[in-house]
Amino acid sequence: MFAYIVRRLLYAPLILLGVNLLTFALFFVVNTPEDMARMQLGAKRVTPEAIERWKVERGYDKPLLFNGAASGAASLTDTIFFDKSLRMFAFDFGRADDGRDIATEIRTRMGPSLAIAVPTFILGLFVTVSFALLLVFFRGSYLDFQGVVLCVAMMSISGLFYIIGGQWLVSKVWHLVPISGYGGGLDASRFLVLPVVIGVIAGLGGSARWYRTIFLEEAGKDYVRTARAKGLSELQALFRHVLKNGMIPILTGVVVVIPSLFMGSLISESFFGIPGLGSYTIDAINAQDFPVVRAMVFIGSLLYILGLILTDLSYTLVDPRVKLE
Amino acid sequence: MIDVQPVFLWTDLLLFGLIACIVLAAWRARRSEPMRAAWRRVGESTVGMTSLTILVLFLVVGLLDSLHYRPYLPPAKDGKVTADRGPLSTEVRSALDALAEPLRSRTEKTYSAPLAYVLFAKQTIEKSDGTQQREFPRLKFGGAGLQYPEEDHTGDVLGRIGLGLALAAGAWCLLAGGLVQVVAMSRKVPFGAAWRAVWRGKGGLAWRAVLVTLGLVFLLAGPVAVLAGEYHVFGTDKVGQDVLFLTLKSIRTALVIGTLTTLVTLPLAVALGIMAGYMGGWVDDVIQYVYTVLNSIPGVLLIAAAVLMMQVVIDTHPHWFETAAERADARLLALCLILGMTSWTGLCRLLRGETLKLRELEYVQAARAFGVSTARILSRHVLPNLMHLVLIALVMDFSGLVLAEAVLSYVGIGVDPNTVSFGTMINAARMELAREPMVWWSLMSAFIFMFVLVLAANLFADVVRDAFDPRAS
Repeated sequence: MFAYIVRRLLYAPLILLGVNLLTFALFFVVNTPEDMARMQLGAKRVTPEAIERWKVERGYDKPLLFNGAASGAASLTDTIFFDKSLRMFAFDFGRADDGRDIATEIRTRMGPSLAIAVPTFILGLFVTVSFALLLVFFRGSYLDFQGVVLCVAMMSISGLFYIIGGQWLVSKVWHLVPISGYGGGLDASRFLVLPVVIGVIAGLGGSARWYRTIFLEEAGKDYVRTARAKGLSELQALFRHVLKNGMIPILTGVVVVIPSLFMGSLISESFFGIPGLGSYTIDAINAQDFPVVRAMVFIGSLLYILGLILTDLSYTLVDPRVKLE
Repeated sequence: MIDVQPVFLWTDLLLFGLIACIVLAAWRARRSEPMRAAWRRVGESTVGMTSLTILVLFLVVGLLDSLHYRPYLPPAKDGKVTADRGPLSTEVRSALDALAEPLRSRTEKTYSAPLAYVLFAKQTIEKSDGTQQREFPRLKFGGAGLQYPEEDHTGDVLGRIGLGLALAAGAWCLLAGGLVQVVAMSRKVPFGAAWRAVWRGKGGLAWRAVLVTLGLVFLLAGPVAVLAGEYHVFGTDKVGQDVLFLTLKSIRTALVIGTLTTLVTLPLAVALGIMAGYMGGWVDDVIQYVYTVLNSIPGVLLIAAAVLMMQVVIDTHPHWFETAAERADARLLALCLILGMTSWTGLCRLLRGETLKLRELEYVQAARAFGVSTARILSRHVLPNLMHLVLIALVMDFSGLVLAEAVLSYVGIGVDPNTVSFGTMINAARMELAREPMVWWSLMSAFIFMFVLVLAANLFADVVRDAFDPRAS
């Protein structure tokens, strides 16, 4: 298993290099720095000097991949690819277009993102699993049917409507919590309740239906029938056997998103005005702040790869029969 | 004879190409017994036929909106021009625009509530005697025929609803009669017997579900259609456009995104998936590496990066596009491609796994032993056995893509701001709930249409998956 993990860890930089090459191609080859400068400077009749100055300010005045003018190793390192893409492996993200250091910004914004993403994740898992288990307990009945219909209907509503509707009902009509904003310390909870609850509700339909099929499959297996035949009540059978074994695919399925919780949620953060990484990304997209988007792509892929490795590990942890090779 | 020049946008061609593919596939499926059996299972399911009916209705609206043309402007009046028609208009219209011409052209000044005859906001109006007064001004078009709106409005609306219901009932009877007649002729039974069989849901496809769904849709659409002749049934938006019209226009965008996205990347996913699964070795390694890389970039960010870059390309090459509609269409198609780039990996992995299994089956090994070429094995033995997965992926992805479009347009990386879509509608309507008094109608009509479309797609996808997936039963 140790060898397997080492191999996976060695594979990770290779994937990240691929990600980097792809973003590099997107950001610098499809559109040259000149195009970008012309767009950022706006006016149709920009002077070549203005473009040159813009490029020098941001360090785009170098060759893309190979610097023929420099000698030795510098011909590879004194390039845009090395400066802008490879430096990210050392978590050196450079500066955003507004001059702020991206790494510092990410560190300060991680907290609010986690404050909304972690409760949504844990509460959401708990609520959906409970709901799915409830449907399985009443399986084949009218309640089960209605529950599945409800799930499909909830799946068919865009997440935007949950947020808009929730803000309107809870904040505007009932005046229970502020519509948006964020505060430090305990004060933050006031602002976090609504996004978390809406996040849980918005994700309920799809996951609950999926979990229900997993539990149903488990509940039909022979060992559960044996347990019932031995005299276990339906509740005992559900909680001791079905829940335990059904959680294996569920947990291993959700492990992959755990590291990505750092990234926060794009939509709800910007709707609720929470200064996390999600709203940072959205702002960067709207302001066409490419260094920030590049940095977020890199971090996002890094966390996803971490999630994949964790998924593999979690298989062996929850199910001792699985052996990684 | 209306003198127009047809315009074929890329998405139009692809959409009609898709319809042609479906017809062709249906033709081929008739010959294959398992395919016929699977489709019969879909046809016998009440849910399947109900959702299919709804989807077909949406498709009709979307296709009408895909027949584009450019009208000629009226000839110049100064007498110098001898041609009998003027230059081409730069505005691209569709058959739907022509059918709903009153809805398109009758724009008010600003917001007005559904079925209203006055504007939503008070304005200062100068009276004929010179005094000024703040009141709700009458709409230019909504309820313009009413002479005494205070007294006549309710009666007029109710009368139109009644007329609409009557027309709907009549139309439904005609349609139902025609449909039952077709059933009767195909089964060679008298009309009455066919009617009873359909109504009791006996034998064959679930025609009763189709008729009931159509009946309900007609009962809703009839009054709306009659009312739309005089009023703005779903009100008007900020710049006075009819919300019902905007919602109908959104359908095409949703359909294009939902279907073309999977379609344009389908060849890639199928080819790479089969290659990786069948050939193995370094080919497999390379393909797996490519889709792991694509997969590991968070979807929204990859889309954002690609859309931002594409926007720069479009902005720096304005001469590529003759009209604004063509530019918007290029962006829509590019969005489909980009969305497809992030979603083909799932299907590719699925096909790779299935091909790995198929490769080891006896009949494939036998074919190989007989010296059948690889290309022939793939096309005759492997590909047909993967088609059900492709079909399931196509229908399962649809609803997710329609929902994704709304979110992306909100983030600002979706369709062109000039393209009407559910996303742009929601985005524009977002701040309207905060107004006092509240403007709710744009959001509501976008919600209703989007919900019905996605719900129908979800239900249909479930039925198709159950019918085609051999493991499901």
